[in-house]
Amino acid sequence: MATVFKRPHALKEISMHYCPGCTHGIIHRLIAEVIDELEVEGTTIGVASVGCTYCNYEYFNFDMVQAPHGRAPAVATGVKRTSPDKVVYTYQGDGDLAAIGTAEIIHAAARGEKITTIFVNNAIYGMTSGQMAPTTLLNQITTTTPRGRSAELNGFPIKVCEMLSTLEGATFIERVSTHDIKNIVNAKKAIKKAFQVQIAKKGFSMVEVLSTCPTNWGLNPEESLKWLQDNMIPHYPLGNFKGKDLEV
Amino acid sequence: MGEKVLMKGNEVIGEAAIRAGCRYYFGYPITPQTEIAHYMAKKMPEAGGVFLQAESEIAAINMVYGAASTGARVMTSSSSPGMSLKQEGISYASCAQLPAVIVNIVRCGPGLGGILPGQCDYFQAVKGGGHGDYKMVVIAPSSVQELYELTVEAFNIADKYRILVMIMGDGILGQMMEPVEFKDKEEIITVEKNWAVTGTQMKREHNVITSISTDPEVMERWNLTLQEKYALITENEPKVESFNCENADIIVTAFGSVARIVKSVIPMAQKEGIKVGLIRPITLWPFPESEFQKYADVPKAFLDVEMNAGQMLEDVKMALNGKNEVHFHGRMGGMVPNQQDILNKIKEILKNK
Repeated sequence: MATVFKRPHALKEISMHYCPGCTHGIIHRLIAEVIDELEVEGTTIGVASVGCTYCNYEYFNFDMVQAPHGRAPAVATGVKRTSPDKVVYTYQGDGDLAAIGTAEIIHAAARGEKITTIFVNNAIYGMTSGQMAPTTLLNQITTTTPRGRSAELNGFPIKVCEMLSTLEGATFIERVSTHDIKNIVNAKKAIKKAFQVQIAKKGFSMVEVLSTCPTNWGLNPEESLKWLQDNMIPHYPLGNFKGKDLEV
Repeated sequence: MGEKVLMKGNEVIGEAAIRAGCRYYFGYPITPQTEIAHYMAKKMPEAGGVFLQAESEIAAINMVYGAASTGARVMTSSSSPGMSLKQEGISYASCAQLPAVIVNIVRCGPGLGGILPGQCDYFQAVKGGGHGDYKMVVIAPSSVQELYELTVEAFNIADKYRILVMIMGDGILGQMMEPVEFKDKEEIITVEKNWAVTGTQMKREHNVITSISTDPEVMERWNLTLQEKYALITENEPKVESFNCENADIIVTAFGSVARIVKSVIPMAQKEGIKVGLIRPITLWPFPESEFQKYADVPKAFLDVEMNAGQMLEDVKMALNGKNEVHFHGRMGGMVPNQQDILNKIKEILKNK
């Protein structure tokens, strides 16, 4: 009988620690599938960050480094500069990348560092139990914005793709979502292209993946997917911001 | 020995690193150490290596973290306020047992302080400026020649023990020009780094560089492993220079450039019939305690001289463990202890003996 579906080789056979309905597991799988398809497992070095995915190195078969909070792009820079023939990527959440690590991501992109960043945006801090993230939407309730995020008090959510697209060193920037099958398929295409851009040494590539946090949003998994679609996508429009036609 | 040249301390550190096989340097400009970066920017590409100016000291130490994770010999350098920013990365790299060399050309503090020399980062370097129970090997050269030799050695120690090694100089040492004699060939140890992230090539289990475990038993064992390593280093690696200590009336302790000032006080005191000994810790951690114990009962008193408010002083007192009295003379804010003041202090201490 023909095998139509199997676990990607790059993904270890270990159950993940993520909450039910969280989309990190899907995104991990997409990365593993892409690494399998590109046949780069043996030359990939991943960089985990701080947050819910701090220990995602346990789930992959390739080498990994765990970075201090927000510093994954700098750690990845150090890895890539010593190992230019390796495939190096960071996996970062919204607090890690767009708050504490803002300087590191901007400068890695500006340098055209030949790394790939998978930026998972769920508009909230997950690990520390639901505080406001730099990408938390206006009026969104979190444990540190109990009356909803106020523009007056907290300012405005950061649109990372739009911001990084202005940098010449960033050559491939795309925002995708995980709220349905069609979008998950698109997400995989974008992740694959981002890795191919790196392998072709064309500069910095990033895919922002809109993701859910049912636990801290206080919604069930199904409601969470709908909340993402109805609330996040209007503020964070999906699509390619840069490098759509880049030859890889 | 080979070529003898006149060079600036900071540049010698860069040259020594390249000679030690370091091919990756990440740093951010700050006075009075920036000539290290200038030298690396010029020489690293010629040596086939990478010089990268980071966006901050925080980024620089994390680039070191990444590079060291791959097993490469790597260095960063900074000065006091910049070194404060590196403390997070230092703690992580210490826990992850990454070998690397960090240079601190200390200026006076606290705060932005000033660009003039100081030794006021002793506590930060030796007692752990970052969080957690970790240690760095801290080496304090006192001449440009020593900056060269000890920087090369720092890379060997780092690789041998999988530990961060700090070269701690000061603005005087970094900025001064002195003759330095380079060896024709460096003694470089080669250590197999089978822990490094180099890509599995589909031939081995994956390697992971990390500094976290949520299992308290694992984390305690991890800490105990670190402590065992530190105990081994404490046994094997203390370095010290003692001079004129036999039958000394007083033993003065000082490190780095201040030890040279103290050395020049010795003949001045001799003319007045006072025999002054010197104990100069070369490694500030591990602290050369046994040398202090060896001479504890010899002099009438000890005098510790530093460019700070008395930081190594605590280690000197602990090493002597109450066996002799310890006096202190320090200058701060970029002021340097002068010979006459040190001699006056010696005479004042001995007057009542």
